[in-house]
Amino acid sequence: MVEDEDEHEDDFGMKPVIKLEDLHKVYHTGEVDVHAVRGVSLEIQPGEFVAVMGASGSGKSTLMNIIGCLDRPTRGIYLLDDTDVSQLGRDELADIRNRKIGFVFQGFNLLSRTSALENVELPMLYVHRHLAGREQRESALRALEVVGLADRADHHPNQLSGGQQQRVAIARALVNHPALLLADEPTGNLDSQTSIEIMGVFQKLNDEGITIVMVTHELDIARYTKRTVVMRDGRIVTDARVANRLQAEQELQRLRAAQQAVNLQ
Amino acid sequence: MRRILATIKIALHALRRNKMRTVLTMLGMIIGVGAVIAMVSIGNGAKAQVEAQIASLGQNVILVFSGSITRGGVHTGWGSAGTLTLEDAESIQREIPGVTVISPEVRSSGQIAAGNENWFTQIIGESGDYFTIRQWPIVQGNPFSEQDVRGANKVAVIGQTIADQLYPGEDPIGQILRVKNAPFIIVGMLRPKGLNMFGQDQDDVVIIPYTSAMKRLLGVTTLRTINVQTASPGLLNSVQQQITDLLRQRHHITAGKDDDFTVRNQQEIADAATATSKVMTILLAAIASVSLLVGGIGIMNIMLVSVTERTREIGIRMAVGARARDVLLQFLTEAVTLSAIGGVIGIGLGIGTSKLLSVKMNWPTLTSPSSIVVAFFFSAAVGVFFGFYPARKASRLDPIDALRYE
Repeated sequence: MVEDEDEHEDDFGMKPVIKLEDLHKVYHTGEVDVHAVRGVSLEIQPGEFVAVMGASGSGKSTLMNIIGCLDRPTRGIYLLDDTDVSQLGRDELADIRNRKIGFVFQGFNLLSRTSALENVELPMLYVHRHLAGREQRESALRALEVVGLADRADHHPNQLSGGQQQRVAIARALVNHPALLLADEPTGNLDSQTSIEIMGVFQKLNDEGITIVMVTHELDIARYTKRTVVMRDGRIVTDARVANRLQAEQELQRLRAAQQAVNLQ
Repeated sequence: MRRILATIKIALHALRRNKMRTVLTMLGMIIGVGAVIAMVSIGNGAKAQVEAQIASLGQNVILVFSGSITRGGVHTGWGSAGTLTLEDAESIQREIPGVTVISPEVRSSGQIAAGNENWFTQIIGESGDYFTIRQWPIVQGNPFSEQDVRGANKVAVIGQTIADQLYPGEDPIGQILRVKNAPFIIVGMLRPKGLNMFGQDQDDVVIIPYTSAMKRLLGVTTLRTINVQTASPGLLNSVQQQITDLLRQRHHITAGKDDDFTVRNQQEIADAATATSKVMTILLAAIASVSLLVGGIGIMNIMLVSVTERTREIGIRMAVGARARDVLLQFLTEAVTLSAIGGVIGIGLGIGTSKLLSVKMNWPTLTSPSSIVVAFFFSAAVGVFFGFYPARKASRLDPIDALRYE
């Protein structure tokens, strides 16, 4: 992708969204100390789309928790959007999560028996400068429009398919206009076609300039991103641009064509 | 502020989601608060009634009871010994300043009759001042006079019940009433008083001059009680002491020996009676509070279950930026909403119950506004107290663990 290379050149001089310097995380569980992350340094520029890969136990989940400000590093520096968040307290981390990070989870994590719209409104409840109810509603509807679900706003999660639920979750992640979208195995619970659709949503958002970091262990999913970081034993072992990046739109067209061919036979 | 409103909205939403559970949890509070309100109403009602009874004794009244004497360690009751004489009464009237009027009293019960009707009732011998002392007005006719007392005339003042029983549909004034076969002329009728605190009909009474009662009916020379009225409430204690001194002297009771009479002033009687009903009120409220406590524990239990059930929801909220305080407030609001709404319904139930008791069972009840306000705030406080631990537990969850919770 020539475009990507150009973009990468342009990034010089811009401030990275994420800057990790020699990050360590040690868990004290019982008698053994678990050294989950051992000196990770990483920079992610605005507009990047990064897949973090690795086997279970490789430390990628721990790293994601730290990047997501759900956890604090034992050692090292973490600058998120130019703010040092490595030593903030619980409340400050909650505010950072609210303003700067949008989460997308493997299990969708929507509130059941709550409409899609209300789910999307959720992060706005915890904003410091609270919006009026009507403004909240409008923002939430706009976010649902972005993921193509505006017509399902009053459906409850159990009335939506997995892909639709994940779209609602993405809308929720976007609603506060975060600097970073963090996705933890977002396609883990979805079939392959829906997975591609979700990747399509991510690619579209990324094209609009949103920075995305995604944990996945599926190689073919990682091929929709722009950059892949592979971890092993708490360290980054590979950090490379994605060659032959897949475009979700094209893949979907190809899939549909193949299905039609099967149906015609 | 908006954030707090939003949190309250979330809490109400959560309560609506689990209607059955919400209602059952509230039921604990409803019963608790209802019981407290009803019990306190009953207690207060009893107290008010006792106070009214005491007031109906009259104003600035001192009662001198004859008896009790002790024989071989056995105390007999008041009035049983017949230690008070008419001379005692007269000397009280004569020698103690501050005493305005007195009424020597004898009591008996017996059969009375008029025409074909007869009735068993209380017969009380008093002086004409009795009606002043007891503040018990005559609504028809007149009280008997000084003359009647001196002459031991056969005149009587009757209560409403006697009139209803013996002279239905007639004017009893001037009619003949046979008291234990002695004919008395009815000169007056008392204002109805209704039941006393023990359920006795106070209007079921015939009052005649004490002289007539002693000489013509009972053939006794001793008094049961002497009713004494003082000029002002401030004199009650000193007059009481003077009566004691006077009677001890008159009865030749040496120092160190027990009195053969008892002097009580109205304040003492009132204090004793209201103390009892106060204790009763406290006791009732304490018992009812136990159910309030149980209701509170029910709330705590449900909130703990709710926190566990909604661990993932808490995780989600924390991930999207809810602070510990937001989560704490959310669950605390739920608990307080449960208990406060339960409290309001309970107040309604309590008022309804006490109204029902007073209508159906003739129990005196008095629901004071202060007890309602206290009950409401207490129920809210129960919510805070029992909701705090579960809410704090929720707010201290680690978002990572909470998100992973299955």
